[in-house]
Amino acid sequence: MTDPTDPTAQAADRATSPRRDAWDKVTGRARYASDATAANMAHAAVVRADRAHARIVAVDADEARRAPGVLGVITADDLGDLGRRFGHIVCDHPILAQGKVRYYGEPVAAVVAETPHEAADAAELVWVDYEDLPALTTATEALASETLIHEESYAGPERGFLGVKPEAAADNAAHRAELGWGEVDAALADAAETVETATRFPLVYGYAMETYNALADWQPGGLHVVSTAQHPLMVRKELARIFSLPLAAVRVEVPYIGGGYGSKSYTKLEPLAAAASWAVGRPVRVGTDVEGAMHTTRADGAEVTVRTGFDSEGRIIARDIDIVFDTGAYADNSPLVLTKSVNRCFGPYRVPNLQVRGTAVYTNTTPASSYRGFGAPQGALAGELNMDMAAERLGIDPVELRRRNLLPPGGTVISGKRGLDADLTADLDAVAAELDRHALPDEPGVRRGRAVAVTASDAGASPISTAQVRMHADGSVTLLTSSTEMGQGSRTALAEIAARELGLEAAAVAVGQSDTLYTPFEWTTGASRTTTVVGLAVKAACEDLQRRLRAMAAESAGIGPEEVTSGGGSIQAAGTDREPAAVIREWFGADAGEAVGIGIVRGHGETALLPPFWEIGAVGVEVAVDEITGEVAVEHLVTVGDVGRAIEPDLVKGQDLGAATQGLGIALWEEMVYEGEQLTNPNLVEYRVPRFTDAPRRVTSLLAERGDGAGPFGAKGAGEGALNPVPAAVAAAVGRAVGVWPTELPLTPARVWALLKSASEEPQTAEARA
Amino acid sequence: MTESAAPASMVIAFKLNGRRVEVLAPVRLTAAELLRDRLGLTGTKVSCGIQVCGACTVLVDGEPASSCCLLAVDLDGTEVVTVEGLARRRELHPVQEAFAAANALQCGYCTPGFVMMTVALLAANPEPDRAAVREWLDGNLCRCTGYAPIETAVMLAADRTAETERPDPGVGRTAS
Repeated sequence: MTDPTDPTAQAADRATSPRRDAWDKVTGRARYASDATAANMAHAAVVRADRAHARIVAVDADEARRAPGVLGVITADDLGDLGRRFGHIVCDHPILAQGKVRYYGEPVAAVVAETPHEAADAAELVWVDYEDLPALTTATEALASETLIHEESYAGPERGFLGVKPEAAADNAAHRAELGWGEVDAALADAAETVETATRFPLVYGYAMETYNALADWQPGGLHVVSTAQHPLMVRKELARIFSLPLAAVRVEVPYIGGGYGSKSYTKLEPLAAAASWAVGRPVRVGTDVEGAMHTTRADGAEVTVRTGFDSEGRIIARDIDIVFDTGAYADNSPLVLTKSVNRCFGPYRVPNLQVRGTAVYTNTTPASSYRGFGAPQGALAGELNMDMAAERLGIDPVELRRRNLLPPGGTVISGKRGLDADLTADLDAVAAELDRHALPDEPGVRRGRAVAVTASDAGASPISTAQVRMHADGSVTLLTSSTEMGQGSRTALAEIAARELGLEAAAVAVGQSDTLYTPFEWTTGASRTTTVVGLAVKAACEDLQRRLRAMAAESAGIGPEEVTSGGGSIQAAGTDREPAAVIREWFGADAGEAVGIGIVRGHGETALLPPFWEIGAVGVEVAVDEITGEVAVEHLVTVGDVGRAIEPDLVKGQDLGAATQGLGIALWEEMVYEGEQLTNPNLVEYRVPRFTDAPRRVTSLLAERGDGAGPFGAKGAGEGALNPVPAAVAAAVGRAVGVWPTELPLTPARVWALLKSASEEPQTAEARA
Repeated sequence: MTESAAPASMVIAFKLNGRRVEVLAPVRLTAAELLRDRLGLTGTKVSCGIQVCGACTVLVDGEPASSCCLLAVDLDGTEVVTVEGLARRRELHPVQEAFAAANALQCGYCTPGFVMMTVALLAANPEPDRAAVREWLDGNLCRCTGYAPIETAVMLAADRTAETERPDPGVGRTAS
């Protein structure tokens, strides 16, 4: 038996099948929403607010309406009897600002014209008069202020549909969440050592390279939208309400998505494009450039304080945690992100006494929502850095300190939830061994630091999924799901699952794009759910197909269905072994017809217990800090894809490296910077994402395949896990290298240089003091 | 229409993927807009809009250029190759083959730009070492892969190009 985390022994028995989107994508044929056109299509440009918080006194669009090519200018007052707002949790988000603007860059009007240039030119001619209100651009300011960003209640008929009951606004909190057990104060009073860590997680932008865009075509009684939405069925629901249409009359089509990472979850530009199409009676495209995208959605910034009490052996006796999110002007998905952050911030440790308080705060900045990791990286930055600081204080090796506290497989992270379906100690030991094996020697002018970090996320993968498998008269199969393909390789992995279930080659399975007119219901494409949850729906659909084939064979042979068996890609009836295709042809009496299987997953049976899986992050980094410039280079990155079973090993490793790289971006470079009311770096020169030469000099990508997941073949989800602990690990490694623990990210050269300077005056780590 | 002496549009002629095209191009139109919106070649992608991400890279007279920051009228008299011009009938270009074989893509939005820049790299330096690859491709952003699979693909493409010695369309030709 090989060690499941031995990098040399992994997945050697299985070749990864080629990605089925590879040909499309290397030839430039792949169709994205940004490539979609419609006959007689018009273009909308968005007029955005040039202040953070202000009443709209008047909008003067006369000059714009007279400009060449302009078909119409739309403000909130021009929306007729359409619904005015969207928001699946809190219905607080106006399609176009109504009465007041709440952030710099908020859409105030849309100019529709024959060409994009004419629309953009005319947008410059829309004049808006404002009366300024106090701009509350940080969570601290907003919580302390008597000025309310949202004065109204959203409990009316247009309320959100995800089960959070909006309350009348008493302060600027968008949502509060708590979790706890035991007696924290008493336990902390008895602690041998109490360690406190406070960190600031920056405002970051997902930068999916295809920026948000939508093409909408309204006609009486129907609406057709092509967009970058990760969750087309969620968008369909909001559009149906806004336009008072039945769900069936709203078609949301999502071709390939040019990057998602959670940033394209839920509704973004679709209502605006649809309203513009409704207003001018033509198909209308709305796009964004990077600046517009940064004014559409970002991730929640966070200030987190962790206090942990330890006994003299280094065992956690209590954790007390405060989370304050900067959620921006509208709630979007942040209430759920906060709830998950509360569940994830204390780590997969034995914590006998726990108290977590979370507040998501409205501010006058770009609205925040889902982003890869979903609250986990924000909490882990403080929670895991706190473990390193504690290890230092207690004089215990940081890996050993974690080992003493990690939950065993099956352990209870949160009472009432699924037990931990992973062996975190083994994962962490594998990471530490790889880091140590390649540790670099000292070098003049360079400070080196190594660190590990670990997270476990209660995957928010709601078990609601349906799949359809249609077997044709030659035995090949068309697989339909509404899972969106944004690069994660879902079409490849789901086809592979269907092929294995039916005993077919993957090439005999076709997978279509998500299109609500044809493909069956899917909750979302998020929370790393697809392989596990949709995979189970596909598996169930294949089983249903086999049942139908057996019934068809029985009917053709004139015997009872119980006398027919299936397996190994064939149907056994009345002593003969027959291909499924032959069963179909015989039943239809022609070389024609098809058999259809339906698969359904709901909170029932093996998926009744939530979460469906724990998504694991276990990483290590070695960094090199240049003493002169404060620049940080990543020498070695180690990840473990603890996925139960890697259905496509290469794709899992691709997810891990991509996720970890985004974590490095947050740790070292990425931050949306507000000065006063205005976002000062809405472009990719000043908002710096990881580049080719920033890539870690060594990458070790491990897989842990212990078959401990609830998904097909023992699989669990991947995609977010490898991001979650990376910012914390980098912060700890840099702290160890320079001798002072960082308190905020990203660790830009200027910040690291300041840390180096303060370390020379007042070192915090034992190594630095020595 | 216009009050200034400068014309609003110009007729331009250039060679696109081996075929001569002649179009009336508004002077403010970018090369990317011309290719994508008027000529239907949507393989070229636009992302950052300011020549940082490399998604819109095409070859103009064999040299890589960001088509989002190049005016369409400046293509007059040039030879342009886009990602659509690489494959020969059913046969992928070795660089395209290598990107597919190495799983050097996820969402694929950056892929055409990376492929074009790699074609340019291998024309200039058929046997690059890894440092040269990183240096050449530092102007192309990928948000999904973490870059390592792309580096593998480029090294693979260099090996395959050396094996087949297949001339690259539009690259290495004498600029006219």
